[in-house]
Amino acid sequence: MEQIEFDYPAKRRVSQRAHVGVVGSGELEVLLEPTEGERSHVFIRTSVHGFGETWKAVLDRFFSKYDGIVRIQINDAGGTPGSVMLRLEQAVEVSEQ
Amino acid sequence: MITSRDKTTFLNRQSFLELDARGRAAALFDQGTSRELVGPFDRVESPWLAIQDVTPQEDDGCVVMKGKIAGKAAVVVALEGAFQGGSMGEVSGEKMTAALDLACADSENGQPTSAVILLETGGVRLQEANLGLAAVAEVMASILTLRKHAPVICVTAGTVGCFGGMSLAAGLSSYIVLTREARLGLNGPEVIEQENGIDEWDSSNRALVFAINGGEQRYAMGLADALVEDDTPQIADAVRGFIAKGLPHVHRSSQVELYRSRIGALDTSRQWDPNELRRAWGTSASEEDKR
Repeated sequence: MEQIEFDYPAKRRVSQRAHVGVVGSGELEVLLEPTEGERSHVFIRTSVHGFGETWKAVLDRFFSKYDGIVRIQINDAGGTPGSVMLRLEQAVEVSEQ
Repeated sequence: MITSRDKTTFLNRQSFLELDARGRAAALFDQGTSRELVGPFDRVESPWLAIQDVTPQEDDGCVVMKGKIAGKAAVVVALEGAFQGGSMGEVSGEKMTAALDLACADSENGQPTSAVILLETGGVRLQEANLGLAAVAEVMASILTLRKHAPVICVTAGTVGCFGGMSLAAGLSSYIVLTREARLGLNGPEVIEQENGIDEWDSSNRALVFAINGGEQRYAMGLADALVEDDTPQIADAVRGFIAKGLPHVHRSSQVELYRSRIGALDTSRQWDPNELRRAWGTSASEEDKR
């Protein structure tokens, strides 16, 4: 298991938290919570080693569109970049319902 | 043959199997009455998985919800089959035990509280071996205490099924609800094949597996109380029905003499097939109970 952390600048307050997904094979769970300050923090635990650059690329792209001030935790059991992005977008959708 | 009406029913049904544990649990309550206890944001995860290089899940694959079903107080505990095969660890076991014990305490204090356990599990989580075994023992003790006051309803819908130690918990339940996609048994087919060889049981033979462990066979053998379609309203209806009915006159697991005599009378010098067993044992425990 590998742990990866990222920080991104953020500016918009978020009111609701969201939980989506399951830590199943090829899947992941995302916990998204409002936080204080001017940065968003991402904490990832993944069962697959050596994909730090790929995680960075996926999250760079996600935060190029998303500006909420949040704390995101990802527990991953081998989700593909595509399914990671879908789960992140689903978490945003749930938090803004 | 599938008629056009069957097709419409099939296409319009709301699959229960496609829901995750949280979705399944929530679907059983009267609308707007449920709340989750010790949810993922409480971050009570297994302390044992990360040190063994396994990614934990924040709810440890066990969802606990409290609310009302058919207007009566109820707690639902759902195991997530997709996380570590729905296995029972220290945390998931403690969550299930605590939920059952609180339901028991409420029942003793004049608020009868039924429990619904949604079991999609292979049994004990191997990474937490002894703690998982202890958890199964505690769950069984808690079911036995609670079922004096209020029914414990087990639902196994699939696709994991219910095996290992947790099949004993299913066996102690007041009522068991299965679908055709569900499998219920003590040792799973893969385990039997591994231990006794492919001649004993070919676990890749799905027709054979379902002819023995499948929900339809278990129901026809009188080992389950309802066989339902993979349809959320139908499953919720079955659960509501059993909660409204209350405790069975005699629990299936208390009918020791009945089952002992059935096994004693079984001629094991020849191979029985599943249909013969249906005919021989087909009387359900509740029907036996009426005699």
